[in-house]
Amino acid sequence: MSTVNSHEHHYAHHFKNADHEFVTSKQGIWLFMVTEILMFGGLFVAFFIYHAMYPEMFAEGAKQLDWRMGFTNTLVLIFSSFTMALGIHYIQKGDARKATWNLSATILCGAIFMVIKYFEYTHKFHLGFFPGKYLDVARVGAEHANLGLYFGFYYCMTGLHGIHVLTGMSLIVWVLFRHLRGDFNPHYYTPVEGVGIFWHIVDLVWIFLFPLLYLVG
Amino acid sequence: MAQSNNDVHHIVEFPILMKTALALFGLTFLTMIAFWAHSYLGPLGPIVAFLIAGVKAALVMMYFMGLKYDSLMNRFIFALGFFFLLLLFAISALDIWTRVPVANTL
Repeated sequence: MSTVNSHEHHYAHHFKNADHEFVTSKQGIWLFMVTEILMFGGLFVAFFIYHAMYPEMFAEGAKQLDWRMGFTNTLVLIFSSFTMALGIHYIQKGDARKATWNLSATILCGAIFMVIKYFEYTHKFHLGFFPGKYLDVARVGAEHANLGLYFGFYYCMTGLHGIHVLTGMSLIVWVLFRHLRGDFNPHYYTPVEGVGIFWHIVDLVWIFLFPLLYLVG
Repeated sequence: MAQSNNDVHHIVEFPILMKTALALFGLTFLTMIAFWAHSYLGPLGPIVAFLIAGVKAALVMMYFMGLKYDSLMNRFIFALGFFFLLLLFAISALDIWTRVPVANTL
């Protein structure tokens, strides 16, 4: 390794060539994405069923959420997906500087999303909207005694999504670091591609979470 | 696995990414318009909101995730996730809504 150009990527010996390694890695990421869909999907199915059973209670819960926060976060995440796609685009084109800017912008957008989420959560805690039995029915003046169920869904779904945003941000920091070190070039950028797909699924889940929690309720 | 080299590293061009982002922003605003008009839409409101979300999801999958240019195998794998999700929903819903109410089961 010491004598070769640092930009040269050596594919593992059990692959036929670099493309074979790339295609196989990517397929692994897609299989991982299926597990992501099923993990979030379970929560979505539960939400739909309970929503159909207690529509008025879910409507009361949704009214407590500030759509402006969810709306802003939707725009932030869409923009971050755009910059992530551009990050890969510029690495493929060999424009390292633009790729750096776009990957950095993606991390910044993730941070903005989490800050907005922090304000949302603390405001809800302040008012007494806790999940399940911890929701203070008398203090929040809830019409439905089991309003905590709605907030159980709210915190589980947005919380799991938030963990994904934090994980995605950490992964983008990792690929950004490797990019700055000069690990990637138009012929080798597999980790960026994989992290990109993960980041887009975070956006994909939010696209459905926003109308589900904030609007339809 | 046997694919030609050029196909494997497909570059999604800037105008396509830009148009996708603009369409996604536009559709987000459309979701809000549908929400504000929900007194007119009535029970159609949630359906409209989820239809728009579906279109947005398709755009993200096709252009940002690059599934439009990906192999048939990867498209099939990802579609399989949604298929099993639908199965989970269908069987759960069937169970919930075909139960016979019985008092004092415990």
